[in-house]
Amino acid sequence: MTGADRDAAGTGVAAPAVSFARVSKAFGGVRALSDVSFEVLPGEVHCIAGENGSGKSTLIKIITGVYQPDPGAEMSYFGRRVDSVTPAVARGLGINVIWQDLALFPQMTVAENIAFGDILGSRPRLVHRRQMRAKAERVLDRLGVSLDLDARLNTLSIAERQIVAICRTLVGDARLVFMDEPTASLTHSETQSLLAIVRKLSADGVSIVFVSHRLAEVLAISSRVTVLRDGRKVGVYDTEGMTQSRLTELMTGKTFDAEVISGDRSAERAVLEVSGLCRAGEYEDIDLTIRAGEVVGLTGLIGAGRTELGLSLFGMTRPERGAVRLNGEPVSFRSNRDAIAAGVAYVSEDRLTLGLVQPQSIADNVVLPVLGKIVNGLDLISTGKKNDLVSRWIRELNVKVGRPEDPVSTLSGGNQQRIVLAKWLATEPKLLILDSPTVGVDVGARAGLFAIVRQLAAEGLAILLISDEVPEVYFNADRIIHMAGGRFIASYDPRALSLAAVEKAVYA
Amino acid sequence: MIEAYRRMRDLVGAEVLGLLAFLVIVVIAFSLATPRFLTGENFGSIAFQLPELGLLTLAMLVPILSGGLNLAITYTANFCGLTLAWILQVHGGVDAGFGAFLLGCAAALAVGATAGLIMGLVIAYVGAHPILVSLAMMIFIRGLGEFLTRGGDISGFPDFIRPIGHGSVLGFPIPLLIFLVAAAIWYIMLQRTRHGFSTYMLGSNLEATRYSGIPTRRTITLIYTLSGLMCAVAGIVMVARFNSVRVGHGDAYLLITVLACFLGGVDPFGGFGRVLPVAIALLILQVLSSGLNLIGANQHLSTAVWGLFLIAVMVIRFGWQRLALRR
Repeated sequence: MTGADRDAAGTGVAAPAVSFARVSKAFGGVRALSDVSFEVLPGEVHCIAGENGSGKSTLIKIITGVYQPDPGAEMSYFGRRVDSVTPAVARGLGINVIWQDLALFPQMTVAENIAFGDILGSRPRLVHRRQMRAKAERVLDRLGVSLDLDARLNTLSIAERQIVAICRTLVGDARLVFMDEPTASLTHSETQSLLAIVRKLSADGVSIVFVSHRLAEVLAISSRVTVLRDGRKVGVYDTEGMTQSRLTELMTGKTFDAEVISGDRSAERAVLEVSGLCRAGEYEDIDLTIRAGEVVGLTGLIGAGRTELGLSLFGMTRPERGAVRLNGEPVSFRSNRDAIAAGVAYVSEDRLTLGLVQPQSIADNVVLPVLGKIVNGLDLISTGKKNDLVSRWIRELNVKVGRPEDPVSTLSGGNQQRIVLAKWLATEPKLLILDSPTVGVDVGARAGLFAIVRQLAAEGLAILLISDEVPEVYFNADRIIHMAGGRFIASYDPRALSLAAVEKAVYA
Repeated sequence: MIEAYRRMRDLVGAEVLGLLAFLVIVVIAFSLATPRFLTGENFGSIAFQLPELGLLTLAMLVPILSGGLNLAITYTANFCGLTLAWILQVHGGVDAGFGAFLLGCAAALAVGATAGLIMGLVIAYVGAHPILVSLAMMIFIRGLGEFLTRGGDISGFPDFIRPIGHGSVLGFPIPLLIFLVAAAIWYIMLQRTRHGFSTYMLGSNLEATRYSGIPTRRTITLIYTLSGLMCAVAGIVMVARFNSVRVGHGDAYLLITVLACFLGGVDPFGGFGRVLPVAIALLILQVLSSGLNLIGANQHLSTAVWGLFLIAVMVIRFGWQRLALRR
């Protein structure tokens, strides 16, 4: 707990930063929020947890004035009752949001991005470069970070952009900052430094409301968590003593028993055999065997070379040395088409831009890698064959879709990932590479996805599961390989080691 | 009535119905304005004028669907026409035989396909932007054509090619039949072949399509090659219609083909668009211009009306989508 926080919670002198009660919101006939109350103390790091569609975004949008709540809501900011808020009023009160897409200007410099909002309303309507730089510099100093003020934003890493977005809110004297999935695309160490900045802000008296799918972070950073489910408040809980599994239960209303499923598959036939694989600057000396029905977990921090190895096995890049055998046959892929033909499937970590053709239909996405299977004798696409294939895989993977003709982007993250699995399973692969398959997928939907993965393994598929979330590989893989600096540095058996021991080894 | 509307909509799509409604309104308006509009003569002239623009629009459609553009279509068509004319002239001009004509057509098609192939290869393998590549190709072809012809025209062809531009079979103008066959081939290619399917997918997201195992480079190369081939067909029809070829002939068509594609609901960013609505859009444009011509409007005014019309369509489409969302 920070100083400001203790003060607020302990003496009760400072008024809450925001205090909302009886907030309801309906869109058309759909109730997005029902009778929710929400309170954040000054300097507190508060978390809102809930699955997609639980009402998190709606709540944030009401507090920041984007949406008006249905009549009957009580709203107060810093102890002052208000009847209605607009985004401008909220910003004037020091309420800021950093959305997941950051909404920065990629072509402008760091200083311009930071000082932009502040300049907008000022008069005379002139831009003072020196003043702007000075402002930006002050804010960066306050956070204790150094960034090149003249660097264009598009040359910065995502983590650095995140910091710029935070600075921008501070220029406008933010007193409460909402952060929507701020760590979604950060590496472990970047996440740690972001969390350090959050702690610093909180010590400064700025309240932070954190929204994240990563429950470990939620528990590490916040002092209290408000759990929403289906638009209702489940409760507000202290994070001290809270566990990830308890939080998952609260969010989904279901219990998931995480059990080690690891088994010994060393007697099975080898599907993938890799020896001495190298690609300079990406990975080195990789020896790996995956057997039929085996799930091998590949973990390590981002930048360890996991995705690069996956891409080479999928034929997107060519290894410089070493040998790959698939079902005992030596293979050398000139493109991913060769790999697909040989029975390799790759579920990309980037579902939005690489996994699916988002604006096109669900059906078209499913058949894309298997066009050869839906043509007739004249090599023309047969609508009948296409529909059969699509409905078979939608049924098989139990995807909840309206109509197969709808754009795939209309589906939830979990269902989109099922469509990705469907399209690859339609190619009848022997080896399935899953690269961070649960990014942007709800906790509840994750369990469903892994149930499918286990089922596939049971049917004899060899699976390489890449993930930087250790619990994910611990509970879903037969054995875990730890990768760092492009090499396999250790291997762990989930039956012999505790989760904490593996996490310590990987994150240390 | 509503039931019939629904069945029609499911069959051909709301887009087509909307454009047809537009077409009917335009036809009725002109029929009331002038008695000379609703005549066989007028529709005959529309049927003879439409195909050139139509074939060029088909050549433009496929690159747009793939998220690109082919600015070289009119000059490619020109150059293919010149190739045919040159071969006819070498073989005796007015006295050239049918064999020479076939040879000329084959050469024209080969030239068109080659121009497209080069553009496709550069776009697919070098990754240069289609606008730049096709603009460069357009300037190259124009310059080369002007150099070879010294800026003059080639004319004097055998009589037997006249019917390709002016003849009719069972009352159907031959150029129109050529266009209809070409449109049907395009329709089948886009809706039923793997190549067409891949065109739409890579038009929406090239990388995701490549990750799914589609040979995207080969597909892009083929897209521009086919576009060049269609330009050659347009070039041959133009030779037969005007009995002479000159560099720069029909270059005003370039932007109108883009207009026709967008009017026909093709997504400017690629990935969506169909042949049938584009064909109806073409017909609307042609009817508009001939109608305005008949009521004695200035030809420049008719171009202005096309522009206004496109803006109106975009506004109506926007309103329609808002309405559909609210329901």
